[in-house]
Amino acid sequence: MKDFANLYDRLDASTSSNAKLAAMQDYFNAATPEDAAWAVYFLSGGRPRQLVPTKLLRELTLSASNMPKWLFEESYQAVGDLAETMMLLLPKSLHTFDESLTQCVEKQLLPLRGLSPEVLMAQLLPLLNQLDEQSQLVCIKLITGSFRVGVSRLLVTRALAHVSSIDAKQIAQRLVGYTDIAARPSAADYLKLIAPIIEELGERNDGQPYPFFLAHPLQASTDEFEILIGKLEQWQVEWKWDGIRSQLVKRGNQLWIWSRGEELITDRFPELGKLADCLPDGTVIDGEIVVWQHQAINPAAALTELEVGQAIASGVQPFALLQQRIGRKTLTAKILQDIPVVILAYDLLEWQGQDWREQTQSVRRTQLELVVAQCNQPQLQLSALLTGTSWQDLDLQRAASRSLNVEGMMLKRKDAQYGVGRTKDVGVWWKWKIDPYIVDAVLIYAQTGHGRRAGIYTDYTFAVWDAAENDDAKINGVENNDVEHNDVENNNVEHNVERKLVPFAKAYSGLTDAEMREVDAIIRKTTIEKFGPVRSVTPTLVFELGFEGIALSPRHKSGIAVRFPRMLRWRKDKPISEADTLETLIDLLPHSSRGVKNVVAKADGS
Amino acid sequence: MLRTKNLKMDLIVTKPEGLYCPPGDFYIDPWRQVERAVITHGHSDHARAGHTHYLAAAPGEGILRKRLGANIDLLSLQYGQQINHHGVTLSLHPAGHVMGSSQVRLEYKGEVWVASGDYKVEDDGICAPFESVPCHTFITESTFGLPIYKWQPQSKIFADINGWWQSNADNNRASVLFCYAFGKAQRLLSGLNPNIGPIIVHGAVEPLNRVYRDAGVNLPHTQYVGDMQDRAQIRKSIVLAPPSAQATSWMKRFGDYSDAFASGWMQLRGSRRRRGVDRGFTMSDHADWPGLQTAIMATGAERVFVTHGQVHTMVRWLNEQGLDAQGFNTEYGDEAAEAEADLQFATNMLIETSANENRLVETKAKTELNINKATV
Repeated sequence: MKDFANLYDRLDASTSSNAKLAAMQDYFNAATPEDAAWAVYFLSGGRPRQLVPTKLLRELTLSASNMPKWLFEESYQAVGDLAETMMLLLPKSLHTFDESLTQCVEKQLLPLRGLSPEVLMAQLLPLLNQLDEQSQLVCIKLITGSFRVGVSRLLVTRALAHVSSIDAKQIAQRLVGYTDIAARPSAADYLKLIAPIIEELGERNDGQPYPFFLAHPLQASTDEFEILIGKLEQWQVEWKWDGIRSQLVKRGNQLWIWSRGEELITDRFPELGKLADCLPDGTVIDGEIVVWQHQAINPAAALTELEVGQAIASGVQPFALLQQRIGRKTLTAKILQDIPVVILAYDLLEWQGQDWREQTQSVRRTQLELVVAQCNQPQLQLSALLTGTSWQDLDLQRAASRSLNVEGMMLKRKDAQYGVGRTKDVGVWWKWKIDPYIVDAVLIYAQTGHGRRAGIYTDYTFAVWDAAENDDAKINGVENNDVEHNDVENNNVEHNVERKLVPFAKAYSGLTDAEMREVDAIIRKTTIEKFGPVRSVTPTLVFELGFEGIALSPRHKSGIAVRFPRMLRWRKDKPISEADTLETLIDLLPHSSRGVKNVVAKADGS
Repeated sequence: MLRTKNLKMDLIVTKPEGLYCPPGDFYIDPWRQVERAVITHGHSDHARAGHTHYLAAAPGEGILRKRLGANIDLLSLQYGQQINHHGVTLSLHPAGHVMGSSQVRLEYKGEVWVASGDYKVEDDGICAPFESVPCHTFITESTFGLPIYKWQPQSKIFADINGWWQSNADNNRASVLFCYAFGKAQRLLSGLNPNIGPIIVHGAVEPLNRVYRDAGVNLPHTQYVGDMQDRAQIRKSIVLAPPSAQATSWMKRFGDYSDAFASGWMQLRGSRRRRGVDRGFTMSDHADWPGLQTAIMATGAERVFVTHGQVHTMVRWLNEQGLDAQGFNTEYGDEAAEAEADLQFATNMLIETSANENRLVETKAKTELNINKATV
């Protein structure tokens, strides 16, 4: 256990990939196969189900350290990590534990699951007490299922490739499914990971998918494309769908659907189950699951003829709808009827039991078209190819992305093989996304972050004005609302003291460390009130927020929900009076929901 | 224990200028310019320039004169020596924080107050150790006033640091240890094992070493990097530098070095990672949570004022322990200001001593230092 805790410490302390790689190699070279099996599992993201409820861990710490609950909470806020807080607060331990990682996990930790609170309270403290501090921290993290350390799966793959002298892509292939929540990795599993390659097909006899090939962002002016990536003719162009990236695996008369997180999601999409009957064994398709309606066009929307054509071709519904469905525990017949999905196929990875990833993109595409046509089911559609006369022409078409509920375009080299992860060595995919929506918003609440941001105010709530500056006419229905505790008056604008800031988004990314510290200092100086870990501040800071999507949402105070909000720029040049208004946000809503300004205004008050 | 009177007079109150003693008409560590200032210690958030008359403990005189000017009007007292001012009996007692740091004991009409400035309870071996002074009202800091802060004995930390240095030296890598220049650097020096390799100090650190050495503290031999004849020895050395030197061009001469930071803040992984160094050594010149509790309880005080750090937490905790505790709003605890003072001081010292070309190079490097780097 100490060896693994040491490894955690080395990985945690370093920001250098090479140092992390070296740490993992040292560990794997020295560890027994059974310990290495668990280490690979945890390092590459595997987590057993939570073994002990965190509430009980808090109670345990309180009773063992004999302190009031509020003091524990203050400590936790300062540390920003439950396991670390516990480690610091529990009485100093006796350091007698000398068992291996495997013994610790299998004999001590896993059996905790399902025990009654009384038994746990009695057992946990002696268990933790025999560990040194590092091991305590790691064990608590394993117990809470929150074990995370800054290594990517790709880095683990590289470390394993290095210790075994096996190609990293091969390791990645073997690692798929390794971190399943129910997995109990054994020495044999680890030895299989690093075993010499014998018979590739033999390794792939079950429902395992291939590692996903990931795209790189393309951020350049269209005029530079020809120099940067070459002529349009060399590229296969498609929409960048906004759904769930998935692999359909059909083998041995059975169908598996995997998400990009390598989670098996077959059960979530029963309507895709019938594809099992019409796809031959030994077929693996890469594509995107989206919500699909044939009548997707809003006749009131002012679309060009080109756009209408594209919209008919697509029929893709906003991601927000898919989200509603993902969130459900049980899929009722009504949901299946109201929110039907299809899979838009865009690549063929295996055909007739053969690995096709080394075929070129165009060859794979041609075969994919045949496979989809033979299958002939509405649930399996081709991701349409886009054509244009030039990059500029495509750029014009790309402008329709928002109205089509897509995120932009994908550019795939026609001679590209299907690579592993975010690599470029055997071919490249670019994601050519549309620019985010942008608004200038005011910071009104702040909360301390976690991990390396612990103790610093890094998570912010942003607001926009509910009315324009010097504009006495309010948006319908807003003036009588209590906007909850957000009645921060705009003291800068004398003539319009009633104008209020309405919170609409939380964001915590996009600032440099230096900016973060600067903002943190300002938040401490301008704090009005503390609500637990949250501080309300006198509004002084304006940020340019970017986000990917915007939709009506009765659950949000502003009536609007935005997707992936993040800070693009700190507008030090802007006074808060010049921040954007709710009206600006409403104008960003898709055409189909624009007629509902009143709904927004009312939702705001609900 | 001293007996409390029914009718109490506050011997210390807060004013915009700083902590003020009304019957004595003087301030303790004021942050604005005043007529009479009692200074608890030489860190820049406590010792500011521009007061008319200064009073401080004798062992701190050297630091104050170097930081605030040789000609300041400074009266120094031996620890325990009493003087009377407007009927207030004042004496200074060791606070164990840095050289010359003191607690200010005030007695007026039988009422005793002690303002402790910054303090730690562990004896660091290089300054007079903390002395518990019985009082009715105690004014305490609370920089590390949360139970998550518990320090290891310094012998254990020195062993860790020497171990880290040794392993780097074995691999021909310089070891850069960032630390505050006044107090912490000298404490670290006193615990380094000079048999491992040469000890290099930044220009901001050496003048303060001199102050300690002049006071009779035995510190190992230190040198400037520019004075080193054998360049290969740099890779065997440990380098003590202020945090503000991190990521400046001064660091370039150490090649592929390993770095570490020595501070109480290193107790938390989050702070360690934010600092962006290879190692964090948890060593502080402030009291940890048990230290604060012990110190407060040992005074026998019934009233406690908390000046800076985790004020809210400490006040609530002490009230729950049956004491009458309140917060004082002060401007102490500004470590960025301290870092800036280190630099200013270093630059002054270099101009003073000047002469040597290597040092001019260091002065140049220092002007590139980004003061804003010092945080948390």
